[in-house]
Amino acid sequence: MTFEPVLLRNVGVPDSQKLDVYRSRGGYRALIRAVQQMSPADLIQMVKDSGLRGRGGAGFPCGLKWTFLPKDHRGPIYLCVNADESEPGTFNNRILMEDDPHQVLEGVILAAYATRATTAYFYLRYEYGACFRSMQKAIDEAYAANLLGRDILGKKFHLEVFLHRGAGAYICGEETGLIESLEGKRAWPRIKPPFPAVEGAFRKPTVINNVETLACVTHIIDRGPGWFKSIGVPADPKNPRDAGSYGPKLYCISGHVNKPGCVELPLGVTVRELVDKHAAGVWKGRKAKGCIPGGLSMGFLTQAEFDTPLDFNGPVKAGCLGLGTAAVIVFDDHSSMVDVLYNTCRFFAHESCGQCTPCREGTGWMLKITDRIRRGQGRMEDLKILEEIGNSIGIMPGTTICGLADGAGWPLKTAIKKFRPEFEEFIRSGRKSRQLDVASNH
Amino acid sequence: MTILSEELRQKIRALLPRYPAKQAVTLPALHLVQDTLRCVPLDAISEIADMLDLSPAEVYDAMSFYGFFRSETNPLGATRLWVCRSLSCMLRGADELLQQLSEKLGVPPGGTTPDGKITLESAECIGACEGAPCVLVNDVHRLNLTPQNVDELLLELRK
Repeated sequence: MTFEPVLLRNVGVPDSQKLDVYRSRGGYRALIRAVQQMSPADLIQMVKDSGLRGRGGAGFPCGLKWTFLPKDHRGPIYLCVNADESEPGTFNNRILMEDDPHQVLEGVILAAYATRATTAYFYLRYEYGACFRSMQKAIDEAYAANLLGRDILGKKFHLEVFLHRGAGAYICGEETGLIESLEGKRAWPRIKPPFPAVEGAFRKPTVINNVETLACVTHIIDRGPGWFKSIGVPADPKNPRDAGSYGPKLYCISGHVNKPGCVELPLGVTVRELVDKHAAGVWKGRKAKGCIPGGLSMGFLTQAEFDTPLDFNGPVKAGCLGLGTAAVIVFDDHSSMVDVLYNTCRFFAHESCGQCTPCREGTGWMLKITDRIRRGQGRMEDLKILEEIGNSIGIMPGTTICGLADGAGWPLKTAIKKFRPEFEEFIRSGRKSRQLDVASNH
Repeated sequence: MTILSEELRQKIRALLPRYPAKQAVTLPALHLVQDTLRCVPLDAISEIADMLDLSPAEVYDAMSFYGFFRSETNPLGATRLWVCRSLSCMLRGADELLQQLSEKLGVPPGGTTPDGKITLESAECIGACEGAPCVLVNDVHRLNLTPQNVDELLLELRK
C-alpha cells in the first residue's frame, strides 16, 4: 500500500491558503459533519480511538488529555494552540500555518467543539510573521463564512479565535510557561498539579494542543479513527504501557543533507531511510557522523544507530530522551562534536528561564565548560563535571519545575557517552576549535 | 504630553475585549509600542501600566524577561536583521554569515548602523532550518543565504 500524504496534501497547491480552495479540496467537510451529526463526546471518543499522541514533543495521548477537563464545568474553557514551535530543527508547524492555515483552523474548531471551549488563543512565536498573516486571513474568512463566531453553522456553538504573538522565548512552548506568557507575565512554568485541564489560562480549565496535533484531528474526524490507526507502528501487545505510534508524521530534516525539508511519512521511518531516500543523502558525498533525532533536546544518535525507527519508542531504545518533534539534524564526518555540543549548550543557556536554580546555573556552567574546551583549555575532568550536571538537572532527577533542563541534559550526556574518544582526543591535543576563527567576537 | 499617541492607545484598547484579564494585553501592547517607536521607553511602560491597571513594575517585569524589547537608550534601527545561529544553521555557515554581516555593516551583533537603518542581531533557531543558513528581516524569513546573495539583501535593506 502506498502512503498518501494528508497533512501536506494542499502544500504547493495554488492559493492553498484561501478558504474556497481549501473547501474545494474537501476542507471543512469534517467540521460540518461533526457539528451537524455528532456530540462532543463522540468526537473525543474518535480521537481516543485513533491513538493520536501529541506531536509537540511529549507524545501524550490527545483524547485522554481532553477527558481531564472537569465534567459539566460552568464558565469558560480555553483552548490554547501551541504555535510557539522553537525546538531547534523543527519547522513543520510553520509550513502548516503558512501554506494551509484552514486545515489547522478546522482542527482548532473541532477541538473546541469536542472540549466545549469557547475561546481559542493561538500562542504564535513572533518570528513566524508569515504564519501570523496567513492565519489571520484564514480566521477572518472563517468568521465571514460562519465557521467562527456565534451560532456556528446554525448550531448553538460559539467560538472566538485570537492570535497572540510571543516575544522570542523558547520556554513559552512549555504549556504552563505559555499560559503565564499569555496572561502577560514572565513565562515561568507553573508547578503541577494543578494541571492546565483543571486550572490553566486565567485560572480556568484549559486544553493546550500543538498545531500538528490539531491538524491530525481534522483528518481523524474526516477519515475515521480506523484510517489513522492503520498507519504507523502498533502498540506492543506485550507492553501495556505502550500507547503505540499511530498516524502520519511531519519529519523535518536539516543540517548536512543534500535536500533539507519537511516530509510526511508514517510514524516509524528510520533515520537512514529519511536521510538517504527523502533528503537525498549526506551532502558533498560525505558520510554522516551522527544526528539529533527529534529536535535538539532529544540527544544524539551516532551514524551506527541510523537504523533507529523514529516512532515514540525508537529513540528511547537508542538512549535518547524520546521522539520529540521528529526533527532530524544531520552532521557529517567533518563536523566537530566539540562545536556541535558547544552550540547546543549555548542554546539552552540562552533559553533557560532562570526560575529554577539547577537549570539556570547548570546550563550556564555547561556553556562555560564547553567554551573552555573549544578554546583549547579543557581538562579531562571537565567531561565528568559535564556528565554530573547533565544527570542532576531536570524533572527526572526531580530538581526543576519543567523539562527544559532535561532537554539540556540529554544532548550533553549522549554526546559525551557516544563520542567520548573525540572529546578526549580534543582536550588532550590542546587544539582550538576552527569555528573560533569565524566566530571570535560573538 | 503622553508618549503613546491616541492612535496607539486606541489599538491597545481594541485588544482588551479579547481577554478576561487586562494584564494579558501586556505583550501585545509592548509589540505595538516597539513596532512604532523602535523601543519601549520608560514612560511608555508607565502609560501601558495605567491603561491595564497594573503597576509599571509588572509591565517592566514581563518586558525584561523576553529580551526582545529595547530600552530607549538602545533603540532598534528601521530593520531588525536576525541571523540564526542554532545547530542546523551553524552546520551550514551561520557563524561565517554573522561575521560577514558584522564586517559589512561595521557593527557587532546587537549594534545598529550609524544611519539607523539596520540593527544586526544573532538569534536562536528561527524555525526555517530547511533554508539554513537563514535570517529574519523583521518578521520575514529569508532562506539559503550565501556569501553572494548577502550583498543583494543588504542593498535592499539600505534603500
